[in-house]
Amino acid sequence: MTSELDIFVGNTTLIDEDVYRLWLDGYSVSDAVALRVRSGILEQTGATAAVLQSDTMDHYRTFHMLERLLHAPPKLLHQLIFQIPPSRQALLIERYYAFDEAFVREVLGKKLSKGTKKDLDDISTKTGITLKSCRRQFDNFKRVFKVVEEMRGSLVDNIQQHFLLSDRLSRDYAAIVFFANNRFETGKKKLQYLSFGDFAFCAELMIQNWTLGAVGEAPTDPDSQVDDMDVDLDKEFLQDLKELKVLVADKDLLDLHKSLVCTTLRGKLTVFSEMEANFKNLSRGLVNVAAKLTHNKDVRDLFVDLVEKFVEPCRSDHWPLADVRLFLNQYSASVHSLDGFRHQALWDRYMGTLRGCLLRLYHD
Amino acid sequence: MPGKLKVKIVAGRHLPVMDRASDLTDAFVEVKFGNTTFKTDVYLKSLNPQWNSEWFKFEVDDEDLQDEPLQITVLDHDTYSANDAIGKVYIDIDPLLYSEAATVISGWFPIYDTIHGIRGEINVIVKVDLFNDLNRFRQSSCGVKFFCTTSIPKCYRAVIIHGFVEELVVNEDPEYQWIDRIRTPRASNEARQRLISLMSGELQRKIGLKVLEMRGNAVVGYLQCFDLEGESGLVVRAIGTACTLDKLSSPAAFLPACNSPSKEMKEIPFNEDPNPNTHSSGPSTPLKNQTYSFSPSKSYSRQSSSSDTDLSLTPKTGMGSGSAGKEGGPFKALLRQQTQSALEQRGGSPHRFCKRREFPFFTLTAFPPGFLVHVGGVVSARSVKLLDRIHNPAFVGIMGNTRSYKLLDWNSFNSDEPETRDAWWAEIRQEIKSHAKALGCHAVVGYSESTSICEEVCILSASGTAAVLNPRFLQDGTLEGCLEQRLEENLPVGCGFCHIPYDELNMPFPAHLTYCYNCRKQKVPDVLFTTIDLPTDATVVGKGCLIQARLCRLKKKAQAEANATAISNLLPFMEYEVHTQLMNKLKLKGMNALFGLRIQITVGENMLMGLASATGVYLAALPTPGGIQIAGKTPNDGSYEQHISHMQKKINDTIAKNKELYEINPPETSEELIGSPIPEPRQHSRLLRSQSESSDEVTELDLSHGKKDAFVLEIDDTDALEDVHSLLTDVPPPPGFYSCNTEIMPGINNWTSEIQMFTSVRVTRLSSLNLTNQALNKNFNDLCENLLKSLYFKLRSMIPCCLCHVNFTVSLPEDELIQVTVTAVAITFDKNQALQTTKTHVEKSLQRASTDNEELLQFPLELCSDSIPSHPFPPAKEHLESASSNSGIPAAQRATSVDYSSFADRCSSWIELIKLKAQTIRRGSIKTTVTVEKASPMGEGNFRNRSAPPCANSTVGVVKMTPLSFIPGAKITKYLGIINMFFIRETTSLREEGGVSGFLHAFIAEVFAMVRAHVAALGGNAVVSYIMKQCVFMENPNKNQAQCLINVSGDAVVFVRESDLEVVSTQHPTANCQPLCAGGEVTT
Repeated sequence: MTSELDIFVGNTTLIDEDVYRLWLDGYSVSDAVALRVRSGILEQTGATAAVLQSDTMDHYRTFHMLERLLHAPPKLLHQLIFQIPPSRQALLIERYYAFDEAFVREVLGKKLSKGTKKDLDDISTKTGITLKSCRRQFDNFKRVFKVVEEMRGSLVDNIQQHFLLSDRLSRDYAAIVFFANNRFETGKKKLQYLSFGDFAFCAELMIQNWTLGAVGEAPTDPDSQVDDMDVDLDKEFLQDLKELKVLVADKDLLDLHKSLVCTTLRGKLTVFSEMEANFKNLSRGLVNVAAKLTHNKDVRDLFVDLVEKFVEPCRSDHWPLADVRLFLNQYSASVHSLDGFRHQALWDRYMGTLRGCLLRLYHD
Repeated sequence: MPGKLKVKIVAGRHLPVMDRASDLTDAFVEVKFGNTTFKTDVYLKSLNPQWNSEWFKFEVDDEDLQDEPLQITVLDHDTYSANDAIGKVYIDIDPLLYSEAATVISGWFPIYDTIHGIRGEINVIVKVDLFNDLNRFRQSSCGVKFFCTTSIPKCYRAVIIHGFVEELVVNEDPEYQWIDRIRTPRASNEARQRLISLMSGELQRKIGLKVLEMRGNAVVGYLQCFDLEGESGLVVRAIGTACTLDKLSSPAAFLPACNSPSKEMKEIPFNEDPNPNTHSSGPSTPLKNQTYSFSPSKSYSRQSSSSDTDLSLTPKTGMGSGSAGKEGGPFKALLRQQTQSALEQRGGSPHRFCKRREFPFFTLTAFPPGFLVHVGGVVSARSVKLLDRIHNPAFVGIMGNTRSYKLLDWNSFNSDEPETRDAWWAEIRQEIKSHAKALGCHAVVGYSESTSICEEVCILSASGTAAVLNPRFLQDGTLEGCLEQRLEENLPVGCGFCHIPYDELNMPFPAHLTYCYNCRKQKVPDVLFTTIDLPTDATVVGKGCLIQARLCRLKKKAQAEANATAISNLLPFMEYEVHTQLMNKLKLKGMNALFGLRIQITVGENMLMGLASATGVYLAALPTPGGIQIAGKTPNDGSYEQHISHMQKKINDTIAKNKELYEINPPETSEELIGSPIPEPRQHSRLLRSQSESSDEVTELDLSHGKKDAFVLEIDDTDALEDVHSLLTDVPPPPGFYSCNTEIMPGINNWTSEIQMFTSVRVTRLSSLNLTNQALNKNFNDLCENLLKSLYFKLRSMIPCCLCHVNFTVSLPEDELIQVTVTAVAITFDKNQALQTTKTHVEKSLQRASTDNEELLQFPLELCSDSIPSHPFPPAKEHLESASSNSGIPAAQRATSVDYSSFADRCSSWIELIKLKAQTIRRGSIKTTVTVEKASPMGEGNFRNRSAPPCANSTVGVVKMTPLSFIPGAKITKYLGIINMFFIRETTSLREEGGVSGFLHAFIAEVFAMVRAHVAALGGNAVVSYIMKQCVFMENPNKNQAQCLINVSGDAVVFVRESDLEVVSTQHPTANCQPLCAGGEVTT
């Protein structure tokens, strides 16, 4: 006796959170059943394996039908086929768009293209996340990217509006979109210690300060290149950053800068001598990073450079985080006292963000 | 031109991409009603078009308004080729035709395509300006309200319950017309959907006309079904109970009328009936003999030609033009109207009365208090018919306590004529009626009809519960005159309906009688089977449970008559087996009565399936059921003996466990005290010819199973062995779960507001090898049990909860396929409250009794007609003490109660009795009377402690669906009209749509969505009395094809959460008709 057809349809669509998770994680029905059996559900409910199988199939079918709607979450809200309480709808969407840390670290900053999609196999093997789940996560990234890429206005707001995600998740997606668009390198070995959270934090700062949207210029000509205000870095700003080079190129300026910082920090840092010894290197590193940002290639390597030029030297000298903070604050602030330096605003825009990023990036 | 229909197409959304090149759609809309079509402009390149059209106006007859659906087609404009259809919306505008219901239909409707399913939504506004119909000769019946609910709808009061109405129309099935060979599946499906929509509109209109003729204004318990007879056509038939209903909108206005205590009937002023006394002016009875010429019991077994002609009276005048179309209609109606008005001038129309009361049937399953006096038992009749020819064997039987079967010869008419089908049904109804008479009852309640069709064989089934109704509710006084002499002094509350209506000395079948355990005055049977809901005043011990009997019988494949004969021969055995199983399981549960019994016999190519579902309860009035005893035939064999005693022990344990599980602990009463007869030697004959009144062609099956003390199963018998096994394999639901197939669960009265309606479908393929009856039975049993287990598992998050109105439907779509469809609703309840109630139930029940009385005092009017249906919960367990001490029996009820048993011996012959009843029946449309019951002056507790259930899910746009007639924790404030929808879905890419499961899952979800959308558009927020009447699924996996037909119906309503009502009710206590749950909650 085999069941050819076995369905259950409720007026209110039943959503089993545990099964949903298994489905999202990309388990096949039989794997899901096995996992559920292992969870001890049979003992709790007195059900049989056949019942569990039928229940799992049913939920999977429902999720499969819902998936089409989940691709455009506002549709899920307005559709009439599945009656789902709003709280459940929110849960469905949020969980569907949630991603695995391990996965996102693999694709962060990569081009969301077919080529990358082909690498999902390797990612799946490497991370232990099922290929199906990888695909879903990748497709989510790509879908969100496609929708908001050309859109004006705040990136986070756009994502929130079109995908009905929570604030937290919208911010994460904004970071993913921003990274994908600017193709920041995140996969290098020396960057492995960084979490997605670290990058997302930096992305947020950069979106807030380094993009066109950050300046608050409303594009007057809709056909102009400044459409995607939040996604692209402000090209003009990047060009201008060259001007900062004077800080390290002009030896007097560099010395003056160093003495200003050292005077203020003397006795306040546990690693003062190391700082004093390294000051020029560090400053050169930071300023050169800025000056290089005119080239796309160098933009991509921003994080590699930051880690190489700043994080690693400090770390090798065992700077405590508090000292790094004091140093960076003073380093940025002291520039205002350099009379010969005319690009104070530019410096603040650059260094304000960079300081935040570096503090975040500075850990083990 | 009595009506103007106005339609505005506002917008669309989520349309499918029709133009691959642009990924967009150029959509426009065609609005069609009757033969008139309007079009909107094409809205270019958008998936969310904003048409915002002008108002399209259709000027139409109200007849068309009733018959025709509004058809809205969304198309994609294509300059070079034909426009592509995106999908359609059919809107039934009937709800707009009566004043109290919806005034406008406005909202988003899913755009449905029979091939692709739902494809986006369209926003439509529909209005109707109805000019008052002054035409006396009208064909329409606008204004007659229809309810699927099988009780008097909440917020209405029954002024008169007129009785049975039925109608059927026949047409050719478009699927089988020659044109179907050349048209697309889509066109064919759409033709079918439209035809059925038209036919049901027509049917409803015709039923409405009958109701108007009876001077009623509503049909309650309306049940419409489709018979897909294949080549021989498509039958749409409906039955219902005609009523005159009054809205309880301003009860205060009626209060003065109620304040005059009177035993006499009171006519409530009713607009459509300016002279209500027409009916009571004593109709002459010249036609009596003709109509009831079948009456002696001896003749009913053989349908004489004379009775045939009598029967066809009804069909031929009133019904069934069917495919004949409307041409003949108006003329006929004109004639009829003239006749009618002529007769009316003479002060009554005997002809009409005969016609209308030909069958004293009521499709209701719950009744106003006092309406039901006695219940006799289940009566059922089945008949096997050949669809292509009329000359065929037929089987008819009584179920319940007596049965009979026989072969009938039919001379006949042409097939395909509605008259033929009418005659078939008339025959069955006649049979039911005579069975009811044999049980000493003059009416049948909880009546329903069904069919099962396989190829050209069709089994027609009808069943109901024979009952004696209170003559006080009948319309005219003659009956009262006849019966008054038999009125009993005192009718105890809570057990009266159990008392036998038939004569003890002249019982229609062997039964075991004892004195009522409640009042100890009247005789009651040992078990009681009924098709109705548990009366609200019934005294129940413990909780109830779902009891199912499942059975398969193999049958040789055969053609035509041979096939029909084979089926006819199998039927009585099946009925017997089903009955035995029910009885066994009932005893195993330690219970003594079944309610809501529904026996379905399904015919397939090579087998018959029987599935009986009912809710078992322990009625305090009935004797404690005895156990089940196993007897072996070879007592000398030691190991055998051991085996038997082991089995016996298992059974005894199960009974004990069940008693504990269902909290069955009836008060201890010594048998002697109430004079129970001394147990006789046990008899366990299975089949015996009864010596009683049956005619020579009637074979009686003894279903009484001898003594109640112990029910004996002989283990030698393989059947019995199987029985025992099946008994023991039924697993009780997991803790926290209860189930029943009635509206409410006896013993649970503290529902919380969470409900979940669902439909579950399973199709199982039997392995074709070595099919035996046993293997089949086991398969079928497992299928049902596993299905139930799955349901319990799925709904585990709702615990504690109860599955109510569990409705199983079995069909055999193909040779080795069994399809089981279940629709039910899970309702949560508060466990703690339940415990509390149990603890002090005696006290509470006393308190409750007084609360009832006090309700009477405060709300005399509502109570008379409305309080019963508005108490979906039975009173808390009342014990002997409380019941007997509860002497506050309404005077009026006392005065009019009927006791047949004391009377029947005076009836020397059947004929006399039947004549009497014939009078009763023909006289009596039944009406409720408004009387003020005397009440005990007790505190005002009925609004006390009405706990407000949390209304967590009061989100806008949510439409609840339930097969019940009420919504827990809420009050229905308005009925918006009947929802009756028919959909076909077909696919030629079955695999791509997720196989059969994916296909059907999506389709059922879509059907739900369309029902909800229609309800929401009417301004409602729930569907009550929802039922999926048909779910016909066919597949052809080789061709990657499948097709499914679904028919659903229900009542669209507006409900208000009780918690929201709280303020209102305290402010205007007198103007408030008791909210649904008040009855249950008062006791807490």
